[in-house]
This record gives sequence, C-alpha cells and structure tokens, in this order.
Amino acid sequence: MKLTLPWLREHLAGDDVAVAEIVERLTMLGLEVEGVVARGADLSTFKIAEVVGLRQHPAAERLRLCEVSTGSGTLEVVCGAPNVHLGMKAVFAPVGTVIPESGQVLQPATIRGIVSQGMLCSARELGLGEDHAGIIELPADAPVGRPASEVLRSEGPVIEVNVTPNRGDCLGVNGIARELAAGGIGQLKSRNLAPLPAQFDSPLRVTLDFPEAEAGACPIFVARHFRGLLNGPSPAWLQERLTAIGLRPISALVDITNLITYDLCRPLHVFDAAKLQGDLVLRFAEDGERMAALDGKTYELTAAMTVIADGSGPVSLGGIMGGSSTGCTPETTEMVLEIALFDPARTAATGRQLGIDSDARHRFERGLDPKMVVPGAEYATRLILELCGGEASQLIVAGRLPAPPSRFRFRIGELERLVGIGLDLATVQAKLRSLGFETEVDGEDAIQVTPPSWRHDVTMEADIVEELARLHGYDRIPPMPVRRITAVGQPSLSPDQRLRMIARRAAAAVGLAEAVTWSFTEAELASQFGQGELRLRNPISAELAVLRPSILPNLLEAAARNHNHGQREIGLFELGPRFHGLQPGEQEVAIGGLRLGPVHERSWAAPPRLADVYDARGDAQAILTACRVNAEGLRVVTEGPAHYHPGRRGRLMLGPHTVLAEFGELHPELARRFDLDGRPVGFEVFLDRLPKPKAKGQRVRTAFKTSPFPAVERDFAFLVDEEVQAETLLNAIRATEKGLIREVQLFDIYRGKGLAERQKSLAVAVRLQAQDHTLSEAEIDAVVKRIVAAANKATGAVLRT
Amino acid sequence: MAQDEGTVQAADADVGGLQRALLAEVASAGDLDTLDQLRVTALGKKGRITALTKTLGQLDPDTRKHLGQRYNRLKETVAAAITARKAELESEALDVQLQAERQDVTLPARPLPAGRIHPVSQVTEEIIAIFGDMGFTVAEGPDVENDFNNFSALNMPPEHPARQMHDTFYVEAEQDGRPLVLRTHTSPVQIRTMLAGPPPHRIIAPGRTYRCDYDMTHTPMFHQVEGLMIDRRTHMGHLKGCLTDFVRAIFERDDIPVRFRPSFFPFTEPSAEMDIGCKRQGGELTIGAGDDWLEILGCGMVHPKVLRAVGVDPDVWQGFAFGMGIDRIAMLKYGIPDLRTFFEADLRWLRHYGFGALDVPTTRGGLSR
Repeated sequence: MKLTLPWLREHLAGDDVAVAEIVERLTMLGLEVEGVVARGADLSTFKIAEVVGLRQHPAAERLRLCEVSTGSGTLEVVCGAPNVHLGMKAVFAPVGTVIPESGQVLQPATIRGIVSQGMLCSARELGLGEDHAGIIELPADAPVGRPASEVLRSEGPVIEVNVTPNRGDCLGVNGIARELAAGGIGQLKSRNLAPLPAQFDSPLRVTLDFPEAEAGACPIFVARHFRGLLNGPSPAWLQERLTAIGLRPISALVDITNLITYDLCRPLHVFDAAKLQGDLVLRFAEDGERMAALDGKTYELTAAMTVIADGSGPVSLGGIMGGSSTGCTPETTEMVLEIALFDPARTAATGRQLGIDSDARHRFERGLDPKMVVPGAEYATRLILELCGGEASQLIVAGRLPAPPSRFRFRIGELERLVGIGLDLATVQAKLRSLGFETEVDGEDAIQVTPPSWRHDVTMEADIVEELARLHGYDRIPPMPVRRITAVGQPSLSPDQRLRMIARRAAAAVGLAEAVTWSFTEAELASQFGQGELRLRNPISAELAVLRPSILPNLLEAAARNHNHGQREIGLFELGPRFHGLQPGEQEVAIGGLRLGPVHERSWAAPPRLADVYDARGDAQAILTACRVNAEGLRVVTEGPAHYHPGRRGRLMLGPHTVLAEFGELHPELARRFDLDGRPVGFEVFLDRLPKPKAKGQRVRTAFKTSPFPAVERDFAFLVDEEVQAETLLNAIRATEKGLIREVQLFDIYRGKGLAERQKSLAVAVRLQAQDHTLSEAEIDAVVKRIVAAANKATGAVLRT
Repeated sequence: MAQDEGTVQAADADVGGLQRALLAEVASAGDLDTLDQLRVTALGKKGRITALTKTLGQLDPDTRKHLGQRYNRLKETVAAAITARKAELESEALDVQLQAERQDVTLPARPLPAGRIHPVSQVTEEIIAIFGDMGFTVAEGPDVENDFNNFSALNMPPEHPARQMHDTFYVEAEQDGRPLVLRTHTSPVQIRTMLAGPPPHRIIAPGRTYRCDYDMTHTPMFHQVEGLMIDRRTHMGHLKGCLTDFVRAIFERDDIPVRFRPSFFPFTEPSAEMDIGCKRQGGELTIGAGDDWLEILGCGMVHPKVLRAVGVDPDVWQGFAFGMGIDRIAMLKYGIPDLRTFFEADLRWLRHYGFGALDVPTTRGGLSR
C-alpha cells in the first residue's frame, strides 16, 4: 500500500510531524514501512517571492536584474528566463539552498559583474518536471515569504506500507491515518461524506438474484446514474497523486474510482450507461459464460463466480474487474456508478481461479467496511460532479447492510496473563475507543467490546490483547528470561537425532564434504533409482519434478557439476530424507555419499589411487561404526539396487532382514549420462534403521578382560577359485574355534604367476590366544589343521605350498 | 721379611710406561672396532695387563700386595679410558648417522581426509545448543504434510488470504479429500507436538521447508526452525526474553539492539516480528550496531484457535511460538552473500564456508570460536 505524505495529511489534523516519526510510529503499530521514496524534493527551504523591480542587465542582452521581495527583505537576483515579469510570484532559492536537480549548494555568484543573491527556479531545477524554458509562475495570491512547498503541487514523499493480510482496513489512506491518530499523531479528519440530493430520477433497476443460502455473495449493491458528464483527463493534482503511487492516470472517471479505492479503501466501478443494455442483475455466472475484461483478456466463468450482468450478459466480475464492453471512455457522458459488498472468500477464489490480481480484489478479499458503501458513493458523487460536471440521480439500493459485528466480553486480566502488562479499565477503554471500538463496563474487571465495522479481524479476547499491546507499545513489555526447568539437563536431542549428528561428522571425518541439495529431482533420473513417480503437481521445473527416492541422484548431479569445474578429487555426502511414497511419513533419513576420481590430492608422499567400491564400503562402515554399530556383526551380501554396477555392489545387513547400508560403484550408464570420465562410487546408510540405543542408565559395557597368556599368530595362504567370496572364507575360519581365535585378517590377495587361471591366493593372518593358559604347540597345530579343513570345506581352499 | 726393593721399583716403572702407552693407544683409536681390539689386547684373558697380574703369584706377600694394587689401578684406569672413548666414538658415529639421515621437512605433509560440514548443519547445531540450554528439545515432522497440519490447524482455513503468502507445492496425492503439500513452514511440527501429548511443551523443530519460488533471494527449498513453548504462565515477556537471549547468543554479541514490532500471522495472537540492530554501509551489513533494523524472525503468542484445534484449553495453557530462516541466519552470521549457492554443492564453496568435522558448537565452548 502506497500513499503520499500530503495525502495522509488530508486525513490528519494537527501539527506537521516529520516523516521519520510517522514511519517509526506506523512500524511500531504493526504497519511496517517498507520504504520512503522522495518525490519531488523537499521544497520547504524554497520561498515564495515577488518580483518587485525589473531592469536590463547592463552587460548581457538576455539577462535581467530582478528586485525580489522575499518577505524578510529585498534582494537582487540575475535572471535569464524569458517569462519573468514585474509583479510575478516565483520560487526563490536563497543562497545556501540545495538545488534538487544538481544536488549543489547554491553559492552567491557574480554574473557579468553583478552579484546574484539567489535564484528564481524552473520546474526542472526543482525536480518537478522537465520544463526549463522559463521559471515557475505561482498563483497571484501565493503568500510571499512562505515555503514554496505550500503552493507547489508535489506528492512526495511516497510512503510504502506493508499491510498485513488481517488489516484490510489499512488499504486506505483513511485507515492508516486512523491508526496514527490512535497512536498519538494528529486527529483523524473525515472526508465530506454527506448525502447529495438526486438531480433526476433514474429508471435503472438493480436486482440481487441469489439463492437465499448464498445471499452473502453480495449483500448490498448501490448504483447511481450520472448524465451530462465531461470525462476528459483528470486535473494535474489527481494525475500526480495517482502517478506517485504507481497508478496510470486514464480519465477523470476512472481516476476518481482509483483515488477512492486508495483514499477510503472503497473500490467502485463506473459503467458507460450508454453501453449498458437494460437493468443490472447481480447473480452467479453460468458455467462456461465468458466475459471480456478491462485488462484485454476474455475469461471463462463458473457458477461459483459473482457477476454483474445486463441484458447482454456479464459486464463486471464482482469485486474483481469490470468488463470492456461497458467501460468508460473519454467520450462517456452518461455513467452508472457501482459500489457494493462482495463475499471475501468467493472473491478470493474467483480471482485466484482466473489469475486476476486487481486492487479491488486485494481489498474485497480482505473484507471491506460495510458502513462505507453509501458514504463512499456520496464522496464519489461529489468528486464526479466537481471534476466532470453533469448531474446525479437518486441512489439505487439493492439488498441491505449485513449485521454489524457482535460484541463480546473482554476480561482485562487477559492482557496481564498473555502479555505481562497490566492496564486499568479506564486506559483500556480509552485505547480501544481511539481505534473506533465501542466499550461498556461489564463488572469490575471486564468490558463489553464492539469492534468497529471495518475491523473484521477482531473477534475474540486475544485480538483485543493485541490491540492493547501494540497501542501500549511492544517495546514497553518487560522481557523475562526463559531458563531450563529440569535439574539435570535432559538432552535436547533424541537418540536418533544424536546419531544423525554423529553420522554427519563421521562422514566429514573420512573426507567427504557435506552437500545440501533439493529434496526433489528429475523424474527419469529418479526412475533409475527405483522410483520416478513421486510427482509434484506444480513443480518449479522438469528437473525438479519428483521427490527423490535416494540421496544419490542429486549427489551424482553435484559431482558432475564439480567435475565440470575441474575438481579432481570429488567426495560429497548429504544427510536428508529419501522418499518411498507421497503420504506424510513415507520417507526415511539416510546419509548418502559419493566419491569420484582420486581419493586424495596428488602428493609426492602417497601414490595416486582412484576411489573404488571399497572406499564406498569403508565410508559406510566408518559411519556405522561411529553410530555404535559393531561392523563385525554385519553381514555383507553381494546384491543391491540397480543403480549400482551389478558386479560391484553390496549390502550391509544386520540380522537376516535389516539392510543398514548399500554401497557400490554407480552403474556405468549413470556415469555416461552425466558425461563422467571416471567411475563414481557411492553408498547410502539408512539411519532410521539403526538399532535403537538402550534406555538411559542401562548402557553398561562388558568388563574389560585381557589374557595374561601369550598370543600366537599364524599366516595362511589359501588357494581358491576366483569366484570364491572372501567373506565366506573368513567366516569359515572365524567359526572354527571361537574361544581361541581373536582376530582374522585378510592381508594380501595374489593372482598370476605360479597360480592357475581363475585362481587366487588369499593370505590370512589368524591370531590365537587362550584366556586361561599358554597354548601348546600341539594345541596350535590342532587349531591350524581345523582352520585348513574348515576353509576347504567352505570354499574348496587348499594351502598354497 | 723385607721387600724386594729392586723388583718393586722396576715393576712400578713398567706399569707407568704401560699405562701411558695403553692410554695413548685408546686415545688414538679411531673407531669402535680398533677400540675393541685394544680392549682385548689390554684387558682380555691373554691381554697385557692380565699377563702382568699372573706374575704376582711368584712374589713375596708385601710386594704382591703392593704390585697387586698397582695392577688393579692400571686395569681400572685403562678400562675407564676405553669406556669413555667408546662413548665418544658412539656419539661421533650417531652424529654422522644423523647428518646422513637429514630430510627435507619442508616437503608437504601426507594428504589427510578433510571433509566439511555445511553451514546450514553447523548453524542448526548452534541453534539447538542455545535453545537446548533453555530447556528446549528437538522435534520433527515429515516433509509431506496434510492440509490440517500445515494450514487448517494453524488457523488458515481454505481461502484464507494468508495462504496466498505461501507459494505451496502440492504433491500428486490426497488425504481426506484435500491435496497433500510439501510443508511450507516448520509450524506443522507445533501441531504434531501438541497432538502427540499434553502440555507443557518446549520444542524447537529445525528442518526443510518448501515454497514454489525461485529467484535471487528465494529457493524452492530452504530451512526453518520453529519454536514452541506452552505452559501455564509463559507470556509475551518470556517470548521477548527468550528470543533476545537467542539472537545475542547466536550472533555472539551481548549488546545487539532488538525490536519487536506488531505483525500478523494466522497462528499467533498477538503476533510480532523481531528486528535486530544493524548498520548498512557501502553494501556491507554489520550486525549489532548502527541505526538500521533487520528483520530476523516472526513470533507471537499461540492463537487460541490453534490451541483449540489440538484440544488444548486456551484458558489454562498459553505460550509462544516463533519461526525463522536458518539459511538466513547462516548468511548473516558467516557473511555468505547468495542463498542459491547453499544448494549447489560446489566443493570450492563448501571448503570455503564449511566447518571441520570436529568443530562441534557448544554454548560452553563458544559457538563459533
């Protein structure tokens, strides 16, 4: 909502208050000022002066010497304007004034040997227009010595107020003035809203044609017929005022409706009466009915929309926009003024459905003051007759005003309870009355409150609390500390939340950088990750059309972007939701990671190595370990989702069914899709599936025991077929003698010379130790034999000799 | 029995000469091997000093005693000299070895993993740390929400003009005949919290939020943190105190000016927006000083209609709620100019603005330093 300072002052009596104070007060009343834009400059330092003497400059043919009366004396000024004449009232800039056009401070100047003690100004110099042919001529009755701003018509400065959706009443300058008056700045002044008599009797009839249950669609409709109008351009002041707030002047009649929309928050509409066919009917549109609107577009209507129709069909969309067939033009001489109430919800729905955002809709959908319908019509009549001449008919009224807001009880203790400030009954009543509320004492500590007709947002005690608190000042509410109440701090995080933070920092600790990417992705890409149909109805673009079924597609895209930036060692992770359905809760938290290219920067000290599937598994395991999952308790299975390389993927299982993590090399098709000349590897750890920690106080660890007896280590080289999985061999060894085998480590793999085709040698170190005695050679030999036998049984392994 | 004066004198002279000769040899031994041979020659079983001591048996007791002492001193002196020389030689050898082992320590270190934590995560943890100290716990809700939790229960019935301020994403699914949405704010977590159990409540809910908007200053996904405190006596003064303490803690300046302005949210009454003092100069924004204001969050007393919608009696229970943008706090606090860069996963950006894996913010240790 934009307004200008002079406009605001037309609604406020009292001392001129500086813009800065108005801005501050409005903001602290809840009408946040988004900006103040100077329009024209501050002309208060320029004076109204009279040219009382005039003679030719002795040394310059085109210059004249003016004797200028400024009210406090007479000065000599050199002037080159051709229109300067004796007795002229002009705008005088004394020495020291800042000239708006140049921004320079005016200095005393010697022009061809004569000292000029100031300047007479043109419109351009004052920032009031482009006219520089001559100086401004003020009206003959302009008071000499007064600031020129008193007679120069300039609408600046322009104040832009952010009106919250609950305060439709402040979408008019009168509403904003009312707030300021209640806030202690000036007294509210009313426009002349007195009724005007009919000058002729119009035959026009208006009918409200709604089913009884839907009468709220348009409870009241007022029309007035005008004839003998002269609808030319509106006067300069009106054009300047509308231009200042960003509206385009069109014609006097249209400009008047726009002015009143902003002045009294009262949208209205004018029909060219000559173009109307017969009487007006207010009704719902018929499905499929069409109307060409003033914005040049034709809209298809539905039966939920309120229209004003004549014999030809709809001529206006109630509360939204008029039709083009009956619009006023400069040639209009006979006109019908329309001012009505339309249902806010229906107006909002219609506007949204048709995509029309007009000043009228903006106001109607927030709710107008019903009691302004008839006065608004009278004020409009006054302006129309003043600016366009002609004569006005009687008011043609259909329907009636809706019931006024009902009163309710307010316990003044609510203010102290909810806000922490206490005000007495008298203060409470005075504050509310200043905003137009009616109040009546109801017992010792309560009042009956009736909100004013324009305040649809106030319906309950809490609303009154806010009115009182903001008038009193939020800054005067004493702040109170909030301290924790539990003696021993309860944790802020649930066990799940804590694990997520640990997982995140574990991923960073293994060298991955945390990305935050969209929760959505592209449908076709998503389908590569198992689920491409979790669609948004209104995606922002095709690339962001579905909810992501996995963390990886977005990381893959991010890796590709980094790749294109020339990044070599790419390691990214993200912790966030992955979705498996569109119902609330059909999502889980996962941490996904992706590596591409060398695992570390090029270094003299470490041979270069490309990330491979074992890095992905290692990352996943590091995160699981950090989340207190015993990695040795996990089973690896060689299967996984299709977005991984079918021969290079795996799952980490807890028990027979729970997949804690998946890892693998991304499918080469995906790498090709993103034009990656490398092999991206990735993982996802499903954090919601981690085993739940035990309840607090039970988390006791087993006792720490070491054996005092020596450990022995035996190395084996097992020859196995290429197809044999290491895990099978290692599990077989581990299971051999659980009481004695402390550690089993696979420390080398050999293929090639000395071995058969498709054969590999797995070197395994086994550490043996007893808890209660030193192992004898015989015992050790027996265990070794059993290990070899078990390995052979499980995998066909034989010792390499 | 008289000593054999002559024998004694001659032997004394021999010992003196031998000692001088041996000590000279020890001193001139140039390496450990030579020194060891010398030790054998002098002190070994067949060594020269050992040979001397073997002659003692033939002498009379007085002479034997006298010479025995002389020979012992000789043996000790030479042994000591050898030990000392050995230490010297070892030390020299170590010096040589150390010289030879010199390395260029100006070579860069071996590469170590250096992951980063995203500023949004870091700031979220900072926020949790601060509110945690005030007794708030962290609550959560899903990204896909139903109409009731995201709008209706928050006093935004269909056609409510405030719904237009939310450019809502809808998903292709419905619940109870109304389209499901991607939550437009974290406020539905308030509703979920209050539906899940009776008051009192003290929660914050950080998380992803979505609006259908993408330009210089808006991204279709962003992060908010919601706060809710409900009990029998929390009023707007507590709201002011809590949030004033919060902004001063998060920006780590205890003199930041704050201002609460009346505002409007459908789910609070009275409602407020909070501004913090700042200075704007030459495109630079400085928090905590100057004569300008910067909007930082929205808040208010929970609307009675919201409490009723979740079955809480507004005449008994009361409290406040607030919501703020986490990304925005991160931008302000760490001087990150462009919101869109948060979501680009640019490694150069993450290395620059990110945080170390072990840089866990705490209120005890300081949030950011």
